[in-house]
Amino acid sequence: MRWFLLCFLLLAAPAHAVQPDETLPDPKLEQRARDLSTGFRCLVCQNQSIDESDAPLAKDLRVLIREHLTRGASDAEIRDFVVARYGEFVLLKPRLTASTAVLWATPFLIILAGIIVILRRRKVSAVPAESALSAEEQKALRDISN
Amino acid sequence: MIAEIGHFALILALAVAAYQTLVPLMGAARGNRQMIASAVPATLIQLVLVYVAFAALTHAYLISDFSVQNVFENSHSAKPLLYKISGVWGNHEGSMLLWVFILASFGGAVAIFGENLPPTLRARVLAVQGSIGFAFLLFIVVASNPFARLNPVPIEGNGLNPVLQDPALAFHPPFLYAGYVGLSVAFSFAIAALIDGKVDAAWARWVRPWTLAAWMFLTIGISMGSWWAYYELGWGGWWFWDPVENASFMPWLVATALLHSAIVVEKRNALKVWTVLLSILAFSLSLLGTFLVRSGVLTSVHAFAVDPARGVFILAILCFFIGGALTLFAWRAPTLKAGGFFSPISREGGLVLNNLFLCAACASVLIGTLYPLALEIVTGEKISVGPPYFNLTFGPIMLPLLLLVPIGSQLSWKRADLFAALQRLWAAAALAIGLGVLVLIATERGPWLAPFGMALGAWLIFGSLADLANRIALFSAPLPTSLSRLAGLPRSSLGMTSAHAGLGLMIIGIIAITLWKVEHIVAMKPGERADIGHYTVQFVAETPLTGENYTGRAGQFRILRGDSEIATVVSEKREFKPMGTPTTEVGLYQTLAGDVYVVMGDRTADGARVVRLYFNPLVSLIWLGALIMFFGGALSLTDRRYRVGAPKRKLTPAGVPAE
Repeated sequence: MRWFLLCFLLLAAPAHAVQPDETLPDPKLEQRARDLSTGFRCLVCQNQSIDESDAPLAKDLRVLIREHLTRGASDAEIRDFVVARYGEFVLLKPRLTASTAVLWATPFLIILAGIIVILRRRKVSAVPAESALSAEEQKALRDISN
Repeated sequence: MIAEIGHFALILALAVAAYQTLVPLMGAARGNRQMIASAVPATLIQLVLVYVAFAALTHAYLISDFSVQNVFENSHSAKPLLYKISGVWGNHEGSMLLWVFILASFGGAVAIFGENLPPTLRARVLAVQGSIGFAFLLFIVVASNPFARLNPVPIEGNGLNPVLQDPALAFHPPFLYAGYVGLSVAFSFAIAALIDGKVDAAWARWVRPWTLAAWMFLTIGISMGSWWAYYELGWGGWWFWDPVENASFMPWLVATALLHSAIVVEKRNALKVWTVLLSILAFSLSLLGTFLVRSGVLTSVHAFAVDPARGVFILAILCFFIGGALTLFAWRAPTLKAGGFFSPISREGGLVLNNLFLCAACASVLIGTLYPLALEIVTGEKISVGPPYFNLTFGPIMLPLLLLVPIGSQLSWKRADLFAALQRLWAAAALAIGLGVLVLIATERGPWLAPFGMALGAWLIFGSLADLANRIALFSAPLPTSLSRLAGLPRSSLGMTSAHAGLGLMIIGIIAITLWKVEHIVAMKPGERADIGHYTVQFVAETPLTGENYTGRAGQFRILRGDSEIATVVSEKREFKPMGTPTTEVGLYQTLAGDVYVVMGDRTADGARVVRLYFNPLVSLIWLGALIMFFGGALSLTDRRYRVGAPKRKLTPAGVPAE
């Protein structure tokens, strides 16, 4: 295990950009660019983020994001800009709005509901309700014990 | 001629499936023994007919009979044998045929190995299997005929999508379908039990091996798909929360829940209604998965059959079975008697929590997959639900579940002593926390998830080992005693231990690649070097490439550590006949500590190649973990209590353990 950890220590190199010529010199800014682009859906190959996609459109968008970043735009500003251009559809992480509230809340509501059901059933079943033996079972029991 | 035999066999199978559905059901209702007994031969005849059809289509592929439209559209005479075979199911019609092929196989297996079932129950189970077979055979015969002929006969076929021409992917669909369809058995048992009005320990014991087998197939099928995506798609990802992946993952989650809740029914005669519901839901999600994949309703790389008319047909099948089953459930479930009671701190209580979290996790996948579709239909708004959503919902739901796994398996039935359970785990907890602290020190200000995730994985592994050590009294009894205890442990218990430990390994792999992946994208000319992690990769040379049905370029890369060469890998860019479709082959150097992953990209203006280098730490643990989970399932399946086709009860009056 220690050996594994040692490997990881050596691995703490900064990540690089998608194409060598797109990279920003400032590693911090570049990391922000990468983080932002993994959150945008590529409109050409729809199951990839623009960070992964080879499509020219994705590349344009990556370059554009980096331009905005070097001009000092904040992450939120860039996100707004891209959404204004391509719509909410590009966001891989849908924003919490009235129409996505159900989406975000359901999984956790299910857990909540489940816990309530479990607790309520517990109260009901707190009374030991093992049913008494039926006449038939009584007879079978007598037969066995005799 | 052979194609026509196949087509005819399908139509006959449809008729037999109708018989298999109706007659045994009526027989079971009237108590007519002959009608009940006819379920078995009907199932076997249907099986033979479907096999004939499947063999006929396979034959057409093997001899490249391009007069069959399906073969023409999806095969090519220059294709390697393996992909001629896998071409059978690498398309819409063929994959539906594979679906009924596996369904018939499971039905046949129940007919053959189900001799110890009460005849009425077996008849009903087979009838329900028959009805599912009928629906899908009808779909194939009416809307998806794989044997349609072409006139005039083309000289050459269109070829199979080259991305699909890969050994792992060749066998990914059969495994996945075996999992999907295997869940139909649990479904049929649930429906039969609802009609019967009786669910007991024996029922759970009959259902469990089938669910376990389906779960194993799903586990291996999903991980094969993920492994394929990892090395074939060429960007180092292994799971994309793609709708089609989700479609296979949802049945897996519910099947996992079902496996656990069926234990409670078997051992404690409790959670019966819930287990029946889970059996219905698991297969319903399989049907939903089939619908999502086969109708092309969701945009996805897998949607190679976009045909709305077929989609509607499958949707109708889906609604009939899910709706029908749930209606029957609502009507009949109240008649099922509730069973044993238990305190919340007990094995049962732990398994209830397991079910709750697994179902909530499944719900997050379900809603994340379907919500964009639903929202677009209702309001016209288009949104995307991508990996960040699942990481934020699925992740937090799974965390407490994983934390509870080792504790749950320490609790005793009915009423447990939580403190004593935790006491038995102190060593595992200490080791896990120790690892977390080490990671914390090593990565300094890294993401908080890293130490936590590693500790969690270790907790699962060491927790399983501690459980095993406790059971065989390792360290507290002399070694020979422990070893003889180990040999005497039920295999299902060993299976559980391995499956949970495998899960721990998988968690470590997932956390490692997610947080510690190193990427380096450079333009390289032959002879140049670039560093990746603690390795150096040298671009040696580029050579032209000719394969059976493709041409391309191969780049040789030398992998060095310091100055000594440790491996040579080849990354290829291929262009497949007949369309010139490009694919990429990854150069992969694998070690347990991590993979060096080399992808040769496009040529730059000055004649260099863009090369993507990745170091993916511990990534193999993901699939190794899945393999161990599969192995754990297999071990459990061979447990004599669950063994499919266990000896008839009357033959072993005293040999069966009383539990």
